[in-house]
Amino acid sequence: MNFDLTEDRQMLADTLNRYLADQYGMETRNAVAYEAPFHDPAKWSAMTDLGIAGALVPEEQGGFGGAGFDITVVFEALGKALCPEPFLGTLMAARLLGAAGADMETLVSGETRYAVGLGEIDAAYDLDNIATTAAASGDGYVLNGRKSAVYGGQDADLILVLANLDGVPAIFSVAAKEANVVDYGMIDGGGAAEVLLEDAPATLLLADASTAVQDAVNAGRLALCAEAVGAMETTYEVLVDYLKTRKQFGRPIGTFQVLQHRTVDLLTEIEQARSITINAAASLGEDDATLKIAMAKNLIGRAARLVAEEAIQMHGGIAMTWEYSVSHYGKRLIMLDAQLGDTDQCLSEVMQSYAA
Amino acid sequence: MDLSYSPEERAFEQEVRDFLKTSLPDHIAAAVRAGGDLTGDMLQEWHRILSAKGWLATTWPKEYGGPGWTPVQRHIFEVECNRFHAPRIVPFGLAMLGPVIQTFGNERQKKDVLPGILSAEDWWCQGYSEPGAGSDLASLKTRADREGDHYVINGQKTWTTLGQFANKIFCLVRTKFDCKPQEGISFVLVDLDTPGIEMRPIRLIEGGYEVNEVFFTDVRVPVENLVGEENQGWTIAKFLLTHERTNIAGVGSSMQALEEVKALARRVRRNGRPLIQDPLFAARIAQVEIDLEAMKITNLRMLFQAQKQGHPGPETSILKIKGTVINQELRDLARRALGPSAAPFPGAVTDGNLALSPPDTAKNAARYFNNRKTSIFGGSNEIQRNILTKTMLEL
Ligand SMILES: Cc1cc2nc3c(=O)[nH]c(=O)nc-3n(C[C@H](O)[C@H](O)[C@H](O)COP(=O)(O)OP(=O)(O)OC[C@H]3O[C@@H](n4cnc5c(N)ncnc54)[C@H](O)[C@@H]3O)c2cc1C
Repeated sequence: MNFDLTEDRQMLADTLNRYLADQYGMETRNAVAYEAPFHDPAKWSAMTDLGIAGALVPEEQGGFGGAGFDITVVFEALGKALCPEPFLGTLMAARLLGAAGADMETLVSGETRYAVGLGEIDAAYDLDNIATTAAASGDGYVLNGRKSAVYGGQDADLILVLANLDGVPAIFSVAAKEANVVDYGMIDGGGAAEVLLEDAPATLLLADASTAVQDAVNAGRLALCAEAVGAMETTYEVLVDYLKTRKQFGRPIGTFQVLQHRTVDLLTEIEQARSITINAAASLGEDDATLKIAMAKNLIGRAARLVAEEAIQMHGGIAMTWEYSVSHYGKRLIMLDAQLGDTDQCLSEVMQSYAA
Repeated sequence: MDLSYSPEERAFEQEVRDFLKTSLPDHIAAAVRAGGDLTGDMLQEWHRILSAKGWLATTWPKEYGGPGWTPVQRHIFEVECNRFHAPRIVPFGLAMLGPVIQTFGNERQKKDVLPGILSAEDWWCQGYSEPGAGSDLASLKTRADREGDHYVINGQKTWTTLGQFANKIFCLVRTKFDCKPQEGISFVLVDLDTPGIEMRPIRLIEGGYEVNEVFFTDVRVPVENLVGEENQGWTIAKFLLTHERTNIAGVGSSMQALEEVKALARRVRRNGRPLIQDPLFAARIAQVEIDLEAMKITNLRMLFQAQKQGHPGPETSILKIKGTVINQELRDLARRALGPSAAPFPGAVTDGNLALSPPDTAKNAARYFNNRKTSIFGGSNEIQRNILTKTMLEL
């Protein structure tokens, strides 16, 4: 066993952390994250130039990464800085395109922005229950239905859509301009879209897509876990700093034992969160990936909520304000639970493994 | 022991329902249902309607124009108001300053101040906290220097809730320096249109605007605006804080939130069935419902106790701690039930027609985040635990 990052990955982490610290500070981040298009296309390009998209794609498919630990390195850095650039869509699209053996040159270069539409209003996490359908039409296909919470969909060129073709789940590629894409910003920053498909022309990418979709969900969940670990670390650092400097009753509030113990509980949960994310990263692409990653997403959901709520509480009023960074970290930590399967969903998936 | 309502109490409940049905304006109830971005005008309109009915100052003694209700009547009123989506009564004049003036004010102040609260003419806000003085309120620095028959106030208050709608503020100010901090504080009433006062908005976590910073530069206030004795402010402040905590359990609001969570969980589908049939989610709801069931009784027991003693005691800290946690848990469930559909940021939806989720649920995430305040303000839950430690444990 070895818990060290390879030199390449360490370099990637350093490069990305440095870029984000220089170019994506909190003030910039907030100006970008809450105004349409809810990310910054120029920064997106700069980051893909740094190789962020390439790091999410295996070498044999034109990238230079794509393993679980490449994903966690990238997303942990994004989480630390609360970066709203839509790389989750890039990652999940790369998994699907990879499964289809499709070309990924423009994904890696950042020229094409992808988003992935899986869930629906009545099937947010349970993709077996989706209602969107595909039908053959001329040389291609048309899609009908509505995809919900398509992350990055507000500024994507291509949207990969899960739809049933003759009752079998399949993945189609839809040009964003061919669908009715309703954009919105999210309460925790960044953008998403509702994608309304009314006879929207589409290209078939993967016919029998169940396995590939599960792999894309696994990769996406792993990314969210790593993002949460990064965001929790920053939150924790800011909190400990504040406990040292904020004075009430003539002493730093960090001298109150009740706050000390609760902060130690956060430290403990963050260590656990880091461990289960490492465990999940090692499993990506292996037989037990789905289970291990569901375990991770469940633990992360619980830890992230605890860290968010306790960090706000232990700051007092200041962390209730827009101006203070912890409010934004808190929102992200809470809201990412609802992406790609929440605490309860992942818990029930783990429970189902006992029946199998 | 008897937990049932008497025939009179049943009749009262019906009377409250009839009143709410006919008198609560639809546009106000709709705004509450949609997540509560109420304008100052809406709040004022509702205050006036209650005032006309004589039901605004529900905790005041009869001699001062209160309805003279029993704890059970107050409970019934609170529950029904929440059920009908009536706005929460803004507490600063009614629940805080009113009792202070009744207890510490002189006859002229009773005549000058109480009618404006009772009629909803005046809107008071609370100038206690400062950037450096939150939990440690006694360390406040805003000073009032005596010059002839005026105090000259300099300093800064913060977190002033709904100050943007207020015309008056009651403040804790420092009037003596060479003593223990608690012994040099006074309680004064200030008109917000006095020269030298500047109010600036603070934006909250979810994007909303309900609190302010208030800056005082050479603000001249007549000496007769002092309540009680000079340097008696700390006694008044502590008195006020126990009153602030009456009704803090928010039982009525939580009961309504519980119904909303259940309705939402019946409507949302997950794993091919209504979410309420999901055993994990149902367990979460049941857990809070059980806590709330107990809290209803705890709250009533403590209201009865307060009535007997003539004032609320330190046990109200129990109501604050548990009541806020229950309410926050319910707000968490509402957000959780919506899943990814809770994410759209109300201010940032570029297409107003987006019917992502029913309009009455669009603000569930915002409400969850905003409600984190309840365990921080009015004396944080940590401070409540300190109070209970000191007063109840006898360690
Ligand atoms: C939305 C909102 C509305 C408000 N409205 C008003 C208003 O209208 N008027 C007004 O005057 N004030 C108002 N407040 C202020 C509120 O009362 C203070 O925020 C509160 O008293 C806490 O003070 P603080 O924020 O400075 O936190 P701090 O006092 O700095 O506390 C930081 C943390 O340390 C903890 N802590 C502090 N001392 C101790 C201790 N001895 N032992 C253990 N833990 C401790 C606290 O519990 C908290 O977790 C409002 C606050 C908010 C957030």
